[in-house]
Amino acid sequence: MMTFDQILFYALAVIAVLSAIMVITRRNPVHSALFLITTLFCVAGIYLQLHAEFLAAVQVIVYVGGIMVLFLFVIMLVNLETLSQERRFNRQWHIAILVSVVLLVEFGTIIWRGKAALQLPANQPLMDTLTTNNSEQLGVVLYQQYMLPFEIASFLLLVAIIGAVILAKRRLSSDGK
Amino acid sequence: MVPLNYFLILAAILFSIGVIGFVMKRNVITMFMSIELMLNSVNLTFVAFSRYIQNLSGQIFVFFVMVIAAAEAAVGLAIIVALYRNRESLNVDEADRMKL
Amino acid sequence: MSDLTVFLINTTIKSIVVIGAMLGAVAYSTWLERKLVAHLQVRWGPHRVGWHGLLQPIADGLKFIFKEDIIPTEASKFIYILAPTIAFIPALLSISVIPFGSLGFFGSHAVRFQITDLNIGLLFIFAVTSLGVYGVALGGWASNNKYSLMGALRSSAQMISYELSLGLSVVSVLLVAGTLSLEKIVELQSGTWFGFIPKWNIFVLPLFISFFTYFVSAIAETNRVPFDLPEAESELVAGFHTEYSSMKFALFFLAEYANMLTVSALATTLFFGGWHGPAFGPLWLQGLLPLFWFLAKVFAFMFFYIWTRGTLPRFRYDQLMAFGWKFLMPLAIANVILTSFVVAWKG
Repeated sequence: MMTFDQILFYALAVIAVLSAIMVITRRNPVHSALFLITTLFCVAGIYLQLHAEFLAAVQVIVYVGGIMVLFLFVIMLVNLETLSQERRFNRQWHIAILVSVVLLVEFGTIIWRGKAALQLPANQPLMDTLTTNNSEQLGVVLYQQYMLPFEIASFLLLVAIIGAVILAKRRLSSDGK
Repeated sequence: MVPLNYFLILAAILFSIGVIGFVMKRNVITMFMSIELMLNSVNLTFVAFSRYIQNLSGQIFVFFVMVIAAAEAAVGLAIIVALYRNRESLNVDEADRMKL
Repeated sequence: MSDLTVFLINTTIKSIVVIGAMLGAVAYSTWLERKLVAHLQVRWGPHRVGWHGLLQPIADGLKFIFKEDIIPTEASKFIYILAPTIAFIPALLSISVIPFGSLGFFGSHAVRFQITDLNIGLLFIFAVTSLGVYGVALGGWASNNKYSLMGALRSSAQMISYELSLGLSVVSVLLVAGTLSLEKIVELQSGTWFGFIPKWNIFVLPLFISFFTYFVSAIAETNRVPFDLPEAESELVAGFHTEYSSMKFALFFLAEYANMLTVSALATTLFFGGWHGPAFGPLWLQGLLPLFWFLAKVFAFMFFYIWTRGTLPRFRYDQLMAFGWKFLMPLAIANVILTSFVVAWKG
């Protein structure tokens, strides 16, 4: 008898994997992007299942609402005719299969050998969920334990903004002066 | 309750799909999307471990990975637009010179 | 009955009531808009169907259903059909965490006038509303029409740009309130200062600026005049929905009005004390008055929306971008810094 939790997990996992496969097999990048969005949603659902509500919301806001919109924007901006003429499988496909089989075997071995260590109890709630919630706990950890990495991350974002503006602004083609 | 293994297996599958996509595709945008897929599968393991080891550091790491992903998307897509302006193509095989 | 059953029945009834009310409000917002704009321009507006055109929304709905549904031959069919749905669903979803009133009593059952109170309520709204841009972008792309594509590109750029200042302007409210739950944000705004100024967030000093940035960027997010570039009739035919007809067009249309309602409801909740207002009279009236105050405030915002439409001309595209990035964004960031100083100073 499967519990509700398990049914939910299987449903999300199956949709995530199927649409991930669609991402790399569709020839039209817009379709790929849509399937990637589906995968991202399923991962957000799994975050919710793991009681990471804040991250689930941020996943949707940042990935789906921000990054993927940028992707779609760029796909629409560049000419689609050139995009759809790509062959689905090119000469590197056997390397791809080889690499992924090696990776899967490796992951499998690790999970199999560590399966005793992975039997962890998960029933007790994280810290005390009665007085604080996930976002508050995350805030406390982020701004006390991880203050310096947080500042460095914000600096990285600033650099990325400037870099993106410069790259997009300067005409790199031959007509540029 | 779903055992931890299941999350790890799901993440492993997603990561492998991302690797296949990255190696097999020649279109910059789809390769980029494969990278996002890989980042996401790693995030999934972080969150799963964070839940089962009862330590919030894993979720903080996901936070930083998202920052990196956002920065990468901004710069990467700017590079793609610049590349397209010069090459009229998004095929990585044609971006074979050191200068744009 | 077990707790779960009670919860499920409760939530189902509330969802049905709220969605029904929402759709009715959306339909009559179109009537209000036509009527109000007409009067602003010294015309009559819809006047034939029902008393002062009150049955006009129903007639319009019937017309939409019976119109021929055209799918362009060159369109990407699946996405073309998917896009209006993507635009419509998030517009209805985000209303689910907004509190409409205080606790009401039906016999012994205490019923909260809110579908659900999430502890990440505000993030939920932002997550859901950030999906709205897909309906526009995909709809414009799938139509395979240059006007539609231009409209879609414009609107996705616009919506991404203004989403930043929208998010940043809400951060200052969060700094003052210290919670993401909308229910708690409303609770914190109860009571008065000096006995007559209500303790609404709008009267807290730096939050006035964040209300300004919130509402301006919200108008841009909902693609309304003066920021209705995505569907600028004079330049782009009808923008991203040029090729759409029948119910698919109606869905885009309804989504726009539902988004306006959500934005107004959120503005009420965050800045204007939500359902708080003077309560008097017998017990049953005291239970219903909060709902009335909430709806009255939302109506005031809707009125303002339409008033703006009747008054202001449209921005040019470069003006729109410059305004968003060079004025609204820095103002929102400065306001966050100012608010954090004030909060820190007050301890």
